[in-house]
Amino acid sequence: MRADLDLYRYRAWDERLPIRWPGGARLAFWVAPNIEFYELEPPANPARRAWPRPVPDVQGYATRDYGNRVGHMRMMDLLDRYGVRGSVSLSAAMCDHHPEIIELCASRGWEFFSHGIYNTRYAYGMDEAQERAMIEDSVDAIARHTGQRCAGYLAPALTHTERTLDLFAEAGGIYTCDLFHDDQPTPVRVRSGKPFVSVPYSLELNDTIAYVVNRIEPRRYGEMIRQAFDRLYREGEHGGTVMCVPLHAYQVAHPHRIRAFEEALAYVVGHENIWLATGREIAEHYIAHYHDLDTAPAGGIGDGDAGEGGTP
Amino acid sequence: MTLDADHLRYPNRRQGMDHDRYDWSMLAARAPIAWPGGAHVALWVNVAVQFFPLDQAGKPFPPPGGMSTPYPDLRHFTLRDYGNRVGIVRCLEALDAFGIRPTFAVNGAVAGRCPTLIERLVARGDEILASSWHMDTVHHGDMDAVAERELVDRTLTTLRERTGQPVEGWVSPAGSQSHRTPDILVEHGVRYMGDWINDELPYAFRTDAGEAGEIVALPLSLELDDQFLIGASLHSEWEYATQVKDACDYLVAEAAATGRGRLLALSVHPWLLGQPHRIGAFESVLEHLAATRGVWSASASEIVAAWRDQQD
Repeated sequence: MRADLDLYRYRAWDERLPIRWPGGARLAFWVAPNIEFYELEPPANPARRAWPRPVPDVQGYATRDYGNRVGHMRMMDLLDRYGVRGSVSLSAAMCDHHPEIIELCASRGWEFFSHGIYNTRYAYGMDEAQERAMIEDSVDAIARHTGQRCAGYLAPALTHTERTLDLFAEAGGIYTCDLFHDDQPTPVRVRSGKPFVSVPYSLELNDTIAYVVNRIEPRRYGEMIRQAFDRLYREGEHGGTVMCVPLHAYQVAHPHRIRAFEEALAYVVGHENIWLATGREIAEHYIAHYHDLDTAPAGGIGDGDAGEGGTP
Repeated sequence: MTLDADHLRYPNRRQGMDHDRYDWSMLAARAPIAWPGGAHVALWVNVAVQFFPLDQAGKPFPPPGGMSTPYPDLRHFTLRDYGNRVGIVRCLEALDAFGIRPTFAVNGAVAGRCPTLIERLVARGDEILASSWHMDTVHHGDMDAVAERELVDRTLTTLRERTGQPVEGWVSPAGSQSHRTPDILVEHGVRYMGDWINDELPYAFRTDAGEAGEIVALPLSLELDDQFLIGASLHSEWEYATQVKDACDYLVAEAAATGRGRLLALSVHPWLLGQPHRIGAFESVLEHLAATRGVWSASASEIVAAWRDQQD
């Protein structure tokens, strides 16, 4: 274990090269629906149980299955009404289990990125070959079923190893959603030296964290989204910011929650000078215009590269 | 470190579910359901009539709302018993004031402990469904088949004798089941169960008895359960009321827009909502439900029957 994986250099929020988004937008807004499959009886990972109750955990399993049976369609209709394209964090096995949902997303022009094979299969304990096989399997399945070459990664159930981002970059990826250290894209060091970037994906505004971990009320969730937007929009005058709302239809699409989310979404998209983007579009724009500037040795201000242990 | 090879094998990665209990089906893609009288939403108010034993074993986990301080936990024992003495009376008055029809999910042990309560519920003409023997008889995956069969038999025999009703519905303590709970329920004449909370309509669920042994899953929403929102999530009683009203309004609007009947399943606990500081919020919920056009207040088995009549 290491004290820090040295994935990115230190730069304070007010010591950045200002980012300009397309069309002069102050804020890049993206929505990441997690479209996941949880298995009823997964093999038990030694580091983490999939279900809190003995198998079959009917309550836990059925709670997630609700998203696939009921929730996604409701969420898609909502995002359609506000002109928001989803960037789908996809359990690749969904392509096999429920291809109808994949087709509905694809027909909307949504992006798919990898969220592993199942959200009940964890990377903990995988050796390099295993994790590479899992990542490549997910990338291949997404390509086969959607025609998209997967650009982004969110580790299944946020389970990582020290090599996760290196392996995903080597599988052809250009961005990760696994890091929560910033409200702007950040270059991430991977061992291949390929351009690779962290795109902000907020855990704080993630509906599962809000509803399952923090157990908040739906209208408070809407308030949090509006408050986050107001601040990032204001600060975006000085340099483009990123706001992500990660969703899970098994949480946000319940009939007692979806209206509060809709009100918040209507508020956000009702503003001018926002860029309704996908994760890939944000990553590509950043890599095309800012990545080299931000990683150049003498590039800019406040180069905080001298952490303990230095750069690998 | 390396994981066992079975962590990268996916034997159930295929079209449909990863088990054969029910078919994969999206709510939005199903044939429309029409409720009696052209109602938009069928309303199932499931009132829990429960016994939490003081000598709780808590195996393999304590039921939500169960004993949680060292024996004898008179504090939680009596707080739960309050529901059968005081809370239930307040809840019945509130339901009757607004003409909302309850269904009672009764632990078998309550029949012997509060026989006059059972008589009172039966005399109302409302439906009784079974909820196992008491709250500490949790059905779970490691349970012995003989013991589970005996538990189901004892519960149903007792409730059928005491109520004179067929008692064809089932809700497990803590919503928990073993692998064979649905099979055992069907063997004992149960025709619908509420534990699989993955949908917003009834659906067909298979058992080992083949075609003759189908049971209907009638999902009893956990996310809108009073104990989940007020007890576990610490939402105020008025936040609870807001969420139920929002759900009602959303489902009515969705049903009206799509021409497809919807289900609102409310699980309520007299030991919780029947407290003097909470009953007003429950009354406001009932007032809203009663005042909403297109809400059909029905017993659980009436809803199942109406759905079944529209299946092929």
